[in-house]
Amino acid sequence: MAIEVRIPTILRTYTGGAKTVEGAGDTLSALLTDLDARHAGLRGRLVTDQGALHRFVNIYVNDEDVRFLGSLDAKLSDGDNVTILPAVAGGALGFAAAAALLGRPASLIR
Amino acid sequence: MLSIDRSIIDAIIAHARRDHPDEACGVVAGPAGSDTPVRHIPMDNAARSMTFYEFDSMEQLRVWREMDDRDEEPVVIYHSHTATQAYPSRTDISFAGEPGAHYLLVSTREPDSEELRSYRIVDGVVTEEPVRVVEPNVDPHAVQSYMFGQSPTTVDYECSPGR
Repeated sequence: MAIEVRIPTILRTYTGGAKTVEGAGDTLSALLTDLDARHAGLRGRLVTDQGALHRFVNIYVNDEDVRFLGSLDAKLSDGDNVTILPAVAGGALGFAAAAALLGRPASLIR
Repeated sequence: MLSIDRSIIDAIIAHARRDHPDEACGVVAGPAGSDTPVRHIPMDNAARSMTFYEFDSMEQLRVWREMDDRDEEPVVIYHSHTATQAYPSRTDISFAGEPGAHYLLVSTREPDSEELRSYRIVDGVVTEEPVRVVEPNVDPHAVQSYMFGQSPTTVDYECSPGR
């Protein structure tokens, strides 16, 4: 089973600079665990300690936002394409206020 | 330093004014590795907020895919602050996910002028840089004015080229 995963610039430090990597898994969660075995630390940038997808990470399976496919439980098949993009966001809103508003203080970067 | 055409600056400011008091956001794409902003792409602020912006996830995928197909990259990522200065907030710094981009901030808090400043944001470190506005009919070797960390008291965008 081979799933092609496109990695955003900011996470290429985990893949030795590679723009795409291959992985396997029946669900997105399994795929990320599989990738983490070869690219240690990658999963931790995408999944929170509570086991949910980071609010400000966008992951797409065959060009669909995984949030509509079950998020980390999204089903994957051989030949699927997965793309990871850090959300582009920000604004004058104070960080502490943003954290409270969004329920957790996490962002993809920190 | 960010070098950017006057026409793109005008388009960014017009976008920020249109969306004011909500924050406006967008991208200026350019050929990969060129550090030259060429193609202005105003984005929807999915948050529709006066103090927060976020690209819609599907629109972002479409635009990033398109840039990839055209061998482009996001040279400038811009957004506006509608009541505060054109300086990156802690939220801006925290979410800056494109280390190669120039982060351009426009403040529309004054009705008759805009504050426009540019920054590199890498690993949580903000470095301001001058903005060199390229005028279409001006000799590129002539002395040009640099906007660097300055809030002009008036900015006259009605100037016709060559004046």
